[in-house]
Amino acid sequence: MAAEQHSDSPPVIAVSDLTVEIRSDRGSYPVVADMALAVRPGETLCIVGESGCGKSMTALSLLRLLPEAARVTRGEILIDGEDLLAMNEHRVEDLRGERIAMIFQEPLTALNPVLTIGEQIAESVRQHRKVGHRAAMQRTLETLQLVQMPDAARRARQFPHELSGGMRQRAMIALALACDPRILVADEPTTALDVTIQAQILGLIEDLQQRLGTALILITHDLGVVAEVADRVVVMYAGRRVEEASVYELFDHPIHPYTLGLMGAIPRSVPGRSAAERLTDIAGTVPPPWDLPVGCAFAPRCPGASARCFAERPPFEEKRPGHFAACWEHVHD
Amino acid sequence: MTEAAAAAPLLAVEDLKVHFPVRSGVFQNRVGAVKAVDGVSFEIARGETLSLVGESGCGKSTTGLALMGLVKPTGGRVSFDGQEIRSFDHRALKRYRRRMQIVFQDPFSSLNPRRRVRDAIRVALDIHGVGNARERDAEVAALMQRVGLRPDQADNFPHQFSGGQRQRIGIARALALKPDIIVCDEPVSALDVSVQAQILNLLADLQRDLGVAYLFISHDLGVVEHISNRVAVMYLGKIVEIAAKAAIFAAPTHPYTEKLMRSAPTLDPRQRHSFSATTDELPSAINKPTGCPFHTRCPLATDICTAVEPPLSPRADGRLVACHHR
Repeated sequence: MAAEQHSDSPPVIAVSDLTVEIRSDRGSYPVVADMALAVRPGETLCIVGESGCGKSMTALSLLRLLPEAARVTRGEILIDGEDLLAMNEHRVEDLRGERIAMIFQEPLTALNPVLTIGEQIAESVRQHRKVGHRAAMQRTLETLQLVQMPDAARRARQFPHELSGGMRQRAMIALALACDPRILVADEPTTALDVTIQAQILGLIEDLQQRLGTALILITHDLGVVAEVADRVVVMYAGRRVEEASVYELFDHPIHPYTLGLMGAIPRSVPGRSAAERLTDIAGTVPPPWDLPVGCAFAPRCPGASARCFAERPPFEEKRPGHFAACWEHVHD
Repeated sequence: MTEAAAAAPLLAVEDLKVHFPVRSGVFQNRVGAVKAVDGVSFEIARGETLSLVGESGCGKSTTGLALMGLVKPTGGRVSFDGQEIRSFDHRALKRYRRRMQIVFQDPFSSLNPRRRVRDAIRVALDIHGVGNARERDAEVAALMQRVGLRPDQADNFPHQFSGGQRQRIGIARALALKPDIIVCDEPVSALDVSVQAQILNLLADLQRDLGVAYLFISHDLGVVEHISNRVAVMYLGKIVEIAAKAAIFAAPTHPYTEKLMRSAPTLDPRQRHSFSATTDELPSAINKPTGCPFHTRCPLATDICTAVEPPLSPRADGRLVACHHR
C-alpha cells in the first residue's frame, strides 16, 4: 500500500513491552508478552498467528476493550504520543472512533440489532463531532457511500439482520470510519465471508486506506490475506512475537521455524511445490497459555530444536536488516 | 461382481434435487421453494476424490447431506455400484450407510459430549452388529491408531481433545464400517492451518492405504486444489463446471469459476490482485435469476443468458461447462 510515502512520518500508534494477563481459577498467566509494534499513517501492519496466539487480545488492548478477566500488566500504548493506559475512561471514549476504531470479525454480534445502520453511525458522529441530527445524518450517508454501500439511503434505514454478510461488514467499516480515525484495527475482518465477498472487502479497505491515509492493523490467521495487503508482518506464537519483517522479506526469507511451518502447511499452489506433495504439517498443538514450556514456546513442535531451546527463551533480535526473529538456531546472515 | 457392476462408477448421482418449501402467512401456505440443490449430476470412481466447491448457499453441503439420506432428496437418482437406491427409507439407508459415511465440519458439535470416545467410535460397529464385544474394542483401538490417536485415550471424553484430535475421532468413526466412500463436509474449515495440514495428510494416507473415495465439500480453493482428482463448481444449486483438477485450475472456463479463482488470495506479495471494492451480491436462492443463474454477476452476460439456462455440456478437453459464451 502507501507505506513508502509515509516512511518519514512518525508512527501514529506505538506499542512497547506490552503484557496482558488473564486472571482465572488457574491463577494469573500472560496471554500476550513483550509485544511491540509501531504503525505510520497509510501503513498496513498484519499480525498473523493461529488461535490462542494472543493476536486478538493485542488488538483489544489497543482500544482498551479487553474483557474483564484480562488486564494490561506492563507496557505502553502511545496513540499520537499520548499514553492510552494512563488515560481516564472518559478520554478513552473520546479517542475511540475519533482517533482509533475497530472492525470485528462478526458484524452481526458487533452491531446493535435494535438500531438501524444509519442510527448507529449517526450516534457515533453526534457523540464525537458534537453536531446536530441533520449534520449527523448527512455524514452517515456520506460514509455509507464511501464504503460503496449500494442504495445507501435505503440501507441506512435497515436493521443489521436485513443485510447480507458482505453488506453488514461494509456497514461496520462505515461505522468505524464515520469520524475519520487515524488508526483502524481490523480483527479478522473477512474470515466469516465468502471468498468473492472477501475480495470486495479487502479491495474496499485498501482503497479507503489509500484515500484517507489511515494506519491499518490487520489481525488474521490467513497468510494469503497477509500477502495481499500487508506492508509489514508480525508473526505471533503463544503470546509472543516470533518474527517481524516487511511482507516481501518475510515471504522471500522466512526465518522462524514456525513461520516456515505455517507456509508449508498452506494447501495451495506455491511456485515450486507440486500440488500432490504432502503438506509439511507442524506436529502437535499450541500449548495452553497457563502451561507454557520454559525456553522457546515452539521448541516442543520444532524440527530443529536443540537443548538450549528447551532451556532458555531466545531473544527477539534483528537477524537481517529490518528482519527480526526469536530463534536460537538461526545464524545471522 | 457382475460385468456391469465392475464398469459402473462407485457412485452415480443423476439430476439430484432438494427443494425446501417456503411457507408464509397464518395458514403456512406454500408460497415457493428454495431450490437448494437443483438438478445436480456427477459420478465418483473408486478411490477418487471429487470436490464440490462453491460459496455459502450454493447447495454443496445439502448435496452431501442428501446423499447420506440426512435430508430427503425431492428428485433424481442415486446409484451405488450400479445399483439404484430406490428409496431413502430406513432399511435401504442402513445397508447403504455401511458403505458411505460422513465427516462433518465441526468436530465440537458432531460428537456427543457425554459419550466416551470409545463408544462414539464403536456405536456404528454395535448398530451393524460387527463381531463380538471384544473384537469391537480391538477394532476401536486399531481405528484410533490408524487416525493417529493413542488407544489409551479411548476412555476420555471429547472435551479432553483438541480440535484436530476431535476431527481425527470423527474420521475414525467414519472409517469404522470400512466404507467405500466418505462425504467430507468442510472437514478442515474449523481448524488452524497447521492442524488442517495434519488432517489433510491423514485423509490422503487413508485414501492411499484403504482406497476410499471422497466427496470433498469445501469453500477453500487451496484445500480443493491440494486434495482433489476432479472438481465440480456449484452456484445457486447447480454445477456450472466440472473438470479434472489440473484443467480447471490451469484454465477455469465458466465465468464463475474464473471469478472464484481470481478472488482467492495468492501467497505472493508480488502478485497482488487489484480487488474491486464494488458490491456484487449473490442473488437469493428463493428468487433465483431466470436463465443462467450467474447472469446477474457475469461480465459476459447477454440476452440469451437471461432467457435460456445453458445446459452443462462437454468441451474439447472433456470438461463440462454450463455457459452460452465459453
